[in-house]
Amino acid sequence: MNPVLDKHRVKTVVRPEMRFQEQVYLIEVWKGLLITSRHFFVNLWRHCMKALGQDAAAASVTTQYPEDPQVTAHRSRTRHRLLKREDGTPRCVACMLCETVCPAKCIYIKAEESPDVMIEKRAKTFKIDLGMCVFCGYCVEACPEDAIRMDTQYIQFPGSTRADLIWDMPELMGDRPKIPSLTPSKDPLSRP
Amino acid sequence: MAKLVKFNLDGREIEAPEGQLVIEAAKDVGIEVPHYCYHPGLGNPGVCRLCVCEVEGAPKPQMSCRTAVREGMKVRTDSPVARRAQAASLEFHLANHPLDCPVCDQAGECHLQDYYQGYGLYKSSVREDKRHKQKRKDIGRAVMLDQERCIQCTRCVRFTDEVSKTHELGVFGRGDRSVLDVYPGMRLDNPYSGNVVDICPVGALTDKDFRFSVRAWYLDKTPSLCTGCARVCSIEVHTNTRRPWHTDGRRVARYKPRYNTEVNRWWICDEGRYSYKSADSPTRLKASSTLGADGHAVQVAPADAAARLGSELGRHISERGADGFAFILSGTLSCEDLFAAKQLISRLGVPASNIVLAPAPEQLGEQDDILRRAEKVPNLYGATALGFDVSRSLDRLKAPLWGAWVVDREAPAAFKGLPFTVWQGPNAVRFTSEARWVLAASHTVEEKATYANFQGRLQRANRAVESLGESQPDWAWFGAVLRAMGGDFPHQCAGSVFKAMSAAEPAFHGLSFDLPAEGAPLVAAEEAVR
Repeated sequence: MNPVLDKHRVKTVVRPEMRFQEQVYLIEVWKGLLITSRHFFVNLWRHCMKALGQDAAAASVTTQYPEDPQVTAHRSRTRHRLLKREDGTPRCVACMLCETVCPAKCIYIKAEESPDVMIEKRAKTFKIDLGMCVFCGYCVEACPEDAIRMDTQYIQFPGSTRADLIWDMPELMGDRPKIPSLTPSKDPLSRP
Repeated sequence: MAKLVKFNLDGREIEAPEGQLVIEAAKDVGIEVPHYCYHPGLGNPGVCRLCVCEVEGAPKPQMSCRTAVREGMKVRTDSPVARRAQAASLEFHLANHPLDCPVCDQAGECHLQDYYQGYGLYKSSVREDKRHKQKRKDIGRAVMLDQERCIQCTRCVRFTDEVSKTHELGVFGRGDRSVLDVYPGMRLDNPYSGNVVDICPVGALTDKDFRFSVRAWYLDKTPSLCTGCARVCSIEVHTNTRRPWHTDGRRVARYKPRYNTEVNRWWICDEGRYSYKSADSPTRLKASSTLGADGHAVQVAPADAAARLGSELGRHISERGADGFAFILSGTLSCEDLFAAKQLISRLGVPASNIVLAPAPEQLGEQDDILRRAEKVPNLYGATALGFDVSRSLDRLKAPLWGAWVVDREAPAAFKGLPFTVWQGPNAVRFTSEARWVLAASHTVEEKATYANFQGRLQRANRAVESLGESQPDWAWFGAVLRAMGGDFPHQCAGSVFKAMSAAEPAFHGLSFDLPAEGAPLVAAEEAVR
């Protein structure tokens, strides 16, 4: 016996035997097709109702983004912002707590010596890969300096490569707009 | 050995030698008493007042670092009185401590943080402003001082007084105005200065080299050895491989000393401490190569390299004889490497007079009576135990040579014109570009290997990171070439080589690859020969 398994209660799952109806196969295929068809006609009905201005029947109706604006929850977490002190320097002291707590491991910080002896440490580079981010907001909660916050409802950060989704420090601080590359690279999966 | 006495510690009857400090006796049975100033290597001035415990019969709580064990004593380190005294003490330590943990390098390995969680957890009753002192004071080659964070435990002062005996540090002023500083006109520039960073329980003394590079909790720790000199200090290799951007891709972040009562106790020298950079230096060889027809180096895969090198070497030896071939080995090779080299040498039939192992001029340096040794190679004793003559130097080589196999050291200029030269090692030297064959070897932090220091103590290094690129351990190169030439070398791992070595070599009889943490004494080389 396996000593590791012995310590835990093992529940054995018995697979049900196939009945005659299932063994015949064709009957079950027809039942499956009926389900698919039902969904098709129900959705078709709802799409038609929406086209006629009847929004009451909420269902899996495709939102025509970006022509129709996406409706997000009032307090949804979206893109990050790095905050500044009153004198314009970034508040971040590169303590790496957000980088540590991040479950998606999408924050990349490098620290350096700050010229101000009372601040002592600051971020040399601060990058967030929004393509990896799960928008959990842990970085905001972990920050001891209130240096990072998240917007709500702002969801427009398009990119044609993965590199386009990596935001650098000036972009996160709002000093420079994030401009995606217009021509897709030969290898859109590559990261810088 | 002092008389053993029985006493009661936290309700447990324990035995300890009479006169042993309570804090030490508690540590031996796994009870940690919080402490800052006490350090087993630096005495017990009793200035931090944190290690208080309750002793039955004593009117007030006693300091466990200044109370000796006696028969029938009853000590409690976890009673409400003791706990309250410890928390009150800690509150005084934190009264002026700046709590700049986010920017402090010590965070994550800081005793203030640990003890506050373990023994403090009080609500501070200090309402006054914190006293500010000088931050970021450059006091020496390797160390940065932050006077605010200092809790005046005086460990570093005692280190410079008692261990390095250079007396650079002192505590100046009185009361809450007292500050740690260097004496006027002095700098903390002794060869052991890095140790004050290790013994500092808070972030007052930080390592300039490590400063702000990696957070302590990102590091992986591997017990290993410093191979910077014949002392072979026990160290811990701290590696940062999961977040490479912090150290610009360098895998090894720092070396820290590891306690070994027989070799280095708690210390290492700065030379060894900062030698970690060689593991990721730009001179590291990632792949093996050979000189092509046009004189340029051509990269060769390891298996291919061993096969081609073996057949070339075999042809040369059958044409010109083994008397003209020399092995210039280095004391940086581990016992396993030397054992494999010995088998290859005997297979080739190279005469003993053509084998050089004495330290090269660049492998000699300073020596003192603390730790450092003049021979900057770790394994000369091991080489002697394996039957190599470490006294024969390069200029006693019998000419004329047609070829040489040089390992991890410079070779004389005369070797440049030889028709067949092999250079093997982790970091390229000047001679590397001249050699016909270059074999990339693993660094010490990348292999499991044993080294015997100048006292004859055999210790084992462990693999902290994977071998860089296509490099492989030296014994694997010797073994692969030996196999390519039809020899028998079945070993696939260092443990297997060690097993064969302990069976074949009298000095290693009875030793196992799983050596104890402090190592084991090698059977003396002379004894083994007898």
